[in-house]
Amino acid sequence: MQTHKAKRVEITIENVMESRLTDALRKAGVTGYSILPVLGGSGRSGAWSRSGQVSRAQGMVQVVCIIRPERLDALLDAAFEVVERHIGVVSIVDCDVLRAERF
Amino acid sequence: MSEFLSLAGQNLLSPIILSFVLGVFAALARSDLNIPEAVAKGMSIYLLFAIGFKGGASVASYGLDLRLGLSLLAGVVLSALLPLIAFALLRVMTNISRLDAAAVAAHYGSISIVTFVAATSVLEGRGIESEGYMVAVAAAMEAPAILSALWLISRGGGEPSKGMDSALMREIMLNGSIVLLVGAFAIGWATGEQGLKEISSFIVNPFKGVLCLFLLDMGLVAGRGLRGGSGVLTRGVLAFGVLMPLVGSVFGLAAGMLLGLSAGGVALMMVLAASASYIAVPAAMRVAVPEANPSLYLTLSLGVTFPFNLTIGIPLYVGIAMAMTGG
Repeated sequence: MQTHKAKRVEITIENVMESRLTDALRKAGVTGYSILPVLGGSGRSGAWSRSGQVSRAQGMVQVVCIIRPERLDALLDAAFEVVERHIGVVSIVDCDVLRAERF
Repeated sequence: MSEFLSLAGQNLLSPIILSFVLGVFAALARSDLNIPEAVAKGMSIYLLFAIGFKGGASVASYGLDLRLGLSLLAGVVLSALLPLIAFALLRVMTNISRLDAAAVAAHYGSISIVTFVAATSVLEGRGIESEGYMVAVAAAMEAPAILSALWLISRGGGEPSKGMDSALMREIMLNGSIVLLVGAFAIGWATGEQGLKEISSFIVNPFKGVLCLFLLDMGLVAGRGLRGGSGVLTRGVLAFGVLMPLVGSVFGLAAGMLLGLSAGGVALMMVLAASASYIAVPAAMRVAVPEANPSLYLTLSLGVTFPFNLTIGIPLYVGIAMAMTGG
């Protein structure tokens, strides 16, 4: 079957920064993304879990975008503006999608 | 003294405190006891709605006076002033950075609504009246402390994040807890005693039971915080976590006495000034000062000051307020 090359960008970021990140992405023309809750994990500050959090200050979400390769730089510039000083991970992987016009 | 000891004894053996202790124990013992996130969120919404509604209904019954406005003003001044005192104490007592000290200080100017709820429950249990509008004072004290902390940071040459903008101000002023608390207060005020009667089987009778379960969850969170964040608790930091609520309560006492509040009102003003935020302020600090260490301010406010206020602070503040007002 015919597939098309795309980039999948996963941005794991603090809860409190979610709306700032998605606003920046929309401004950069990235209108398609999914937001996933992160159940827990472990990092430089130790292990944490989503359950029992009393504050939005804790906890992370993951914003996933699949875009055409030529739009990657604009997305990363927008994301970097937001995540630069904050806890988080930005990763990019190559992927294939079935429909070029609609992922 | 005997009044305080009796109050402290009763408080420590109340279902509310014992539920909290159970939570702390379970977390420290690494039990898998867990309150689902959605349940904890639901309980916090219930408690905020109930406490706001009851406060509004109480104001509707007793009417308005000038003290309401002055109490709100006093709350705002206390919230803005206490971070400056906390900051100075932290700089003297600990060797944490200026940025961390400012972030911690913001928490001690703002308030813990759960401590406030627990204190109203203690007052109700002992039949001590308090001004219903203290709920509105609690809401007014959430935000000014954040501005004081950001001022402290900018004064020291630090740069609050680009996130400190109108969006953050809106998030602080309109965060869910404040909207719900003030909204429920307004509904209670508008519908008065009749409104309270209509829903009392929902917001009055189950209140203490829900508070017990919520404090069980808070105990779990505090215990986990202590387990994970004990590394940041140096002797000086720990001492600050116990000393600062006492210092704050003295300012609350002075404000309450100057305003001529009732014994219950003075006790609640002391509780508000003594408590430290762990909901609104940490979120604001993560956005505005991401370089500050969150495990330091969360462990201090949730793992040290909150348990201190819950077990020793509240009976102490109530006892002092009763003695000072002759209530």
